[in-house]
Amino acid sequence: MLRQIEGSRGVAETVARCRPEVVCAYPISPQTHIIEAIGAMVKAGTLSPCEFINVESEFAAMSVSIGASAAGARAYTATASQGLLFMMEAVYNAAGLGLPIVMTLANRAIGAPINIWNDHSDAMAARDTGWIQLFAETNQEAADLHVQAFRLAEELSVPVMVCMDGFILTHAVEGIDVPEQDDVDAFLPTYEPRQVLDPAHPISIGAMVGPEAFTEVRYLSHLRQLDALELIPALASQFASAFGRESGGLLHTYETQDATTIIVALGSVLGTIKDVVDRRRDAGERMGVVGITTFRPFPFDEVRRALEGAERVIVVEKDFSIGYGGVLSTDVAMATHDSNLPLHTVVAGLGGRAITQHSLDAMLDDAARDHLEPVTFLDLDLGIVELERARMKAQRHSGPSAENVLSDLGVVASRIG
Amino acid sequence: MTQRPVHFYQVGSFVVGNRLLDVADRTVQSDPQRSDSLDSGHRACQGCGEALGARYALDAAMRVTNGRLIAVNATGCLEVFSTPYPETSWRIAWLHSLFGNAPAVATGVAAAMKVKGKSDVRVVAQAGDGGTVDIGFGCLSGMFERNDDVLFICYDNEAYMNTGVQRSGATPPAARTATTEALGSEPGNVFGQGKDMPRLAMAHGISYVATATVADLHDLENKVQRAMQVRGARYLHILVPCPLGWGSESCDTIKVARLAKETGLFPVFEAEHGIVTGVSAIRHRTPVESYLSIQRRFGHLFGEHGRPDIVAHIQAMADANIERYGLMGDVEQFAATSGATS
Amino acid sequence: MFQVRFHGRGGQGVVTAAEMLSMAAFDEGRFSQAFPSFGSERTGAPVVSFCRIDDRPIRSREPVIEPDALVIQDATLIHQVDLFAGLSREGYVLINTSKSFDELGLGDFLSTFHRERLLTCPATELALEHLGRPLPNAVLLGGFAALTAQVTLDSIAAAINERFKGATAERNVAAATAAYQLVKREEEELARASTN
Repeated sequence: MLRQIEGSRGVAETVARCRPEVVCAYPISPQTHIIEAIGAMVKAGTLSPCEFINVESEFAAMSVSIGASAAGARAYTATASQGLLFMMEAVYNAAGLGLPIVMTLANRAIGAPINIWNDHSDAMAARDTGWIQLFAETNQEAADLHVQAFRLAEELSVPVMVCMDGFILTHAVEGIDVPEQDDVDAFLPTYEPRQVLDPAHPISIGAMVGPEAFTEVRYLSHLRQLDALELIPALASQFASAFGRESGGLLHTYETQDATTIIVALGSVLGTIKDVVDRRRDAGERMGVVGITTFRPFPFDEVRRALEGAERVIVVEKDFSIGYGGVLSTDVAMATHDSNLPLHTVVAGLGGRAITQHSLDAMLDDAARDHLEPVTFLDLDLGIVELERARMKAQRHSGPSAENVLSDLGVVASRIG
Repeated sequence: MTQRPVHFYQVGSFVVGNRLLDVADRTVQSDPQRSDSLDSGHRACQGCGEALGARYALDAAMRVTNGRLIAVNATGCLEVFSTPYPETSWRIAWLHSLFGNAPAVATGVAAAMKVKGKSDVRVVAQAGDGGTVDIGFGCLSGMFERNDDVLFICYDNEAYMNTGVQRSGATPPAARTATTEALGSEPGNVFGQGKDMPRLAMAHGISYVATATVADLHDLENKVQRAMQVRGARYLHILVPCPLGWGSESCDTIKVARLAKETGLFPVFEAEHGIVTGVSAIRHRTPVESYLSIQRRFGHLFGEHGRPDIVAHIQAMADANIERYGLMGDVEQFAATSGATS
Repeated sequence: MFQVRFHGRGGQGVVTAAEMLSMAAFDEGRFSQAFPSFGSERTGAPVVSFCRIDDRPIRSREPVIEPDALVIQDATLIHQVDLFAGLSREGYVLINTSKSFDELGLGDFLSTFHRERLLTCPATELALEHLGRPLPNAVLLGGFAALTAQVTLDSIAAAINERFKGATAERNVAAATAAYQLVKREEEELARASTN
């Protein structure tokens, strides 16, 4: 039923309908509303049977999930940013052990400097872990992706993280149709583990693997992710039949059929971009959008096909590899390297800076005039940067950069958006 | 199995053979039908106390639970020597995840059993001292606080042995390790206040805490059985000498463990909900020198450049333990625990 | 599309206000979106929230930069924060205050807008009267409904009843209704004054 609810609530109710058996998490903004809602459902008995465990750290959260999943229970957790980093050892461990844990990642910037607002640096930090990574464009998609995620994880024995933009999606109230219990049950069967701790049939899980076999074990993980490239579209198609709407899949294209400029992005910013693209199309520009939903495994072939015919690609991304460049851009460039397609990286929204249609328009105007640099930081205040650089050059004891920048900016609280 | 002191001596040792006991009072290890949870073929050093302790503890647990047991293991010697690719010497359901998360993983396994209506399946988590008092401490404290239904066993060999004998929070003062060399005016590990893990466990108020050594098999098995008879978070701290790291003879493992108890340096006791309920009394009070001098990790305290002052300091610690716990068995409030041997 | 920006301080229910407005619009069969601009929970700090209402699905996630309406829950923000940034010439302003615009120092500034679209409402006083607590958010929504006619009072009441329970809901509805009537009266007076 369509209701006007907070994104976090939509996810919580949907996850509950996936019948998780062990849910644990450690609170971190902006994931708290999801976990609180699930906790309340367990306490009230509406989600049962389910063990809800308040753990003492994110490291414990993923570890509890590992134990529960290895023992045959459907396990779920959620985190963001610093919390993801704190559990990183266990994140790799879960993937390496082939445990189908589902986790919501409420995308948030990684410090220092500490920042609770949205960007994709946390998801990017986990891109090599062996977890499947899905990005939701809207809160509807965020909810829907969780249903598909459990099915995907359990069929492949690969953990899945569903990424949704912190605050922008988690704390936004909009119309969400939470899937009905019967429909979810029909789509998602009970968890049948590939390996399970069972005293009646004892096995050892987690042994050391040396040079003789490590490569093969890793390669098997890789192959399972490649299997996902086929399974994900199949599941999305089944989901569409069962629930009556498109959600998930490898990527979505928007107005790309005749586009000479295509913008590629992940997550909620796609909505804002589409509004800009519509306006510019009305003014005669042939512009389109590719929204990547499945980031890992990276759908190289689909991306290449989607960008065929374009003369210019602009990747708008909420992450930046310090000392290197764009992260998503690099993957897109790999997909298109045969075609010599000019590619521009636009780094935007770091630490929650608003991505406005106005700034996107200015950037696209530059692109139209062939004035867009290979790498641009949207709305970067170079003046402030130069102030600090000069300060650092003038004296050794120049103090902490972050604090200096803040005081150069003046009163931050008076800013809007 | 009842516990009572049995006065019986064999010439030259303090051990009473099981064949002289009633069948019902014999150890699990003496039973040919024992689980052999940790079977032969593992790669532990000759004389490894931890291999012994793990087999003793898990076989006892398997007996009590009729084989309905899952073990979660932290990274460390036990995990590494028991599962050399492509083999495993575990005959029980066993999971190894990471170094610092054994308590949390065990919590997850226990939760899964509960939610699936399989509460008869019990969970044991096990780690070395490093995985317990250092890197695993946060998760362990969380598990205790939530009273998760897990028996946590610490095999304490007082250093990070798997990685080459580095100091841990459980390393005793003056002990030589690779990161606390026998150099300078304070050779070996420094004297601090220590990290008394059994007392820290007691401070969480959990239902059962006990210490044991591999020298007293009956005592150790009884404690595992007692622990498995209750639910909630429980903690067992077993002293397991490491010939390699301690520099003791591989044939002396049991002797070293016994001396740890007999000197008072390692108090053997039981506690419930934070209160000590019983101690295993010292049979023959022994000066710490007898214990220290047969371990090369304390070798720098003796000989030409010996440090009798440090030995005296350690003796004072032992004396304080004896006083605090009534280890001479002369304090009424602490009834004798276990011990079908004397 | 109609875009609303709410200003207030942490603890005054600015976020809830935007959410309830979005729920009211949803109840009328329209598309709506509400979200905050702040993150950490801190009482007293300036906070902003946004609500968009449209007859088509809303895709954009940027903050409301060019509001069609401003709801200012705390008048002490007026000369501290750039509250009126981007306000359309046709825009509506509803300020929670018992003072006049002149007394607030806004007389000259607001002369550039449509006078009948700029109103004050003593929401805190109404809240104290009906709820016994100085929580003006739901109250102001009643005033908003009267001022802009973007949503009906009934929809606001329904949204309040979804968000709150029992006596709290009832009292908030009563206070919102009082604000609605007050704003309606103010509008009528302004209309009469302008024709005179």
